[in-house]
Amino acid sequence: MIVGERKPFAEITELIKDSKKVLILGCGTCVSVCMAGGMKEVSILASQLRMDSGIQDKGMEFGEDTIQRQCDREYIEPIIELAKSHDVVVSMACGAGVQLLSDMLVPTPVLPAVNTSFIGICEEEGTWLERCRGCGNCLLGETGGICPVARCAKNLFNGPCGGSVNGICEVSPNTPCAWQLVYDRLKALDKLETLEEIQPIRDWSPSSNGIPRGVFREDMAGIGKESESASE
Amino acid sequence: MKAGTNLEKVLEDGQFAVTAEVGPPKGASDRVVIKKAEIVKACSDAINVTDNQTAVVRMSSAAGSILLKQMGADPVMQMTCRDRNRIAIQSDILGAVALGIGNILAISGDHHSLGNHPGAKGVFDIDSMQLIQSMKMLRDDHKFICGDDVSGDVPLFIGAVESAFSDPVEFRVTRLAKKVKAGADFIQTQGVFDVEQFATWMKGVTDRGLDEQTHILAGIIPMKSAGMARYMRDYVSGVYVPDELVKRMENAEDAKEEGLKITLEIIDQLEDVDGVHGIHIMAVGWEDIVPVIVEKAGLLPRPIV
Repeated sequence: MIVGERKPFAEITELIKDSKKVLILGCGTCVSVCMAGGMKEVSILASQLRMDSGIQDKGMEFGEDTIQRQCDREYIEPIIELAKSHDVVVSMACGAGVQLLSDMLVPTPVLPAVNTSFIGICEEEGTWLERCRGCGNCLLGETGGICPVARCAKNLFNGPCGGSVNGICEVSPNTPCAWQLVYDRLKALDKLETLEEIQPIRDWSPSSNGIPRGVFREDMAGIGKESESASE
Repeated sequence: MKAGTNLEKVLEDGQFAVTAEVGPPKGASDRVVIKKAEIVKACSDAINVTDNQTAVVRMSSAAGSILLKQMGADPVMQMTCRDRNRIAIQSDILGAVALGIGNILAISGDHHSLGNHPGAKGVFDIDSMQLIQSMKMLRDDHKFICGDDVSGDVPLFIGAVESAFSDPVEFRVTRLAKKVKAGADFIQTQGVFDVEQFATWMKGVTDRGLDEQTHILAGIIPMKSAGMARYMRDYVSGVYVPDELVKRMENAEDAKEEGLKITLEIIDQLEDVDGVHGIHIMAVGWEDIVPVIVEKAGLLPRPIV
């Protein structure tokens, strides 16, 4: 899932300081699961903002709503009128949601209340960890299912650097050395010989280092319209 | 000869090589580099110039290497993968070779989050293994990474590093083998304090015949104080300082003298380890001790080849 973290309260109040009528809009998918921007977090933020407005006599009004996915037009369409009846919309979705919402709500401004952190997993209650950088060229098949792009601080492809001690990365005492994990996994899979091969220099063009990416599938293009006309 | 540098000649001649290290200043003074290099020049075969070591900004290793070259020393230009993409890396290599630098040493580089610009964006476009490979391609195939032709020769004596005591220890010989396969002509190891343990790693190296395909220079770090010994034992990755040595440093009346004694004992033992072709002395901030070490170790005068 995409993992996010709510922005500090002071940053949010600063963003909306010139507005009177604010809609707080949550997203029911990733950020809901990682407890950063779902229905519950919308309600908490709205309560905090109401209290802050009351104490400081700001006279602001706050509406609340949460839609299933802010990264999908069909879920945004039903709330366009509601959103436009506010001065500003505070989105609690990831950056993709904020952007699509912004596109669809012009001229109503959309402001982010969540920092989009990474693609990751919930390791345990209260701990989310990065697992994927979306590099567009997956090599998990060669590294025993452990990603050196997302999990090695130096993006090494040919084994650990000298900073791996007792299985821990020298960059962060809470982070396991990705290459220790790869080594242990490949050993368990009886595939250590894979590590003898030199991994060639990567083409980073499918990654976010290149131009903004898109996935374009001819087999899917216009499929929605076809099924609409078929059902008519 | 691949590049015909002094270091290459000494090693190819079968001599026990001695290299030293100069850390460029946090400023633009050529005097600092020259002064440090003057101390170690006569007692070493080549001098490493570090590339923003510990991710702290300093004068570039290329500029430092050129200053060394101008004073008649043989520089080993360190190059990290941290700060440059493949375009800058290849361009800097060509520039360095054009200015007479023949030894270039590939390293991943200390992570930027541990240096003095922790908010920097790390590059890590290629890793150190791939950097070795790219240098070999430039030199032997006259090709850039993209496959385009390089005009003319790019004579290089390619260096790399290995850390025998970092984890996973069982992988360290394999990693060296990969570096040799990638094209490393010489290897500098992390500082050695436990020669017995180092010899175990070297046994793995010689068993695979790697010492016949590359020149291994064992890393030497002279200890100045008990505090330094403890710090290296506890905080420097890949350096294993046995408690016994820390105790000796702690109990010594003259810590510097004891540090020198330990260093000489280590060098003496290393000379007997099969496959070790020399030493690389890293006396950061204690350059004065290098001539003393080399002399007392009986490694003077340095060969003229």
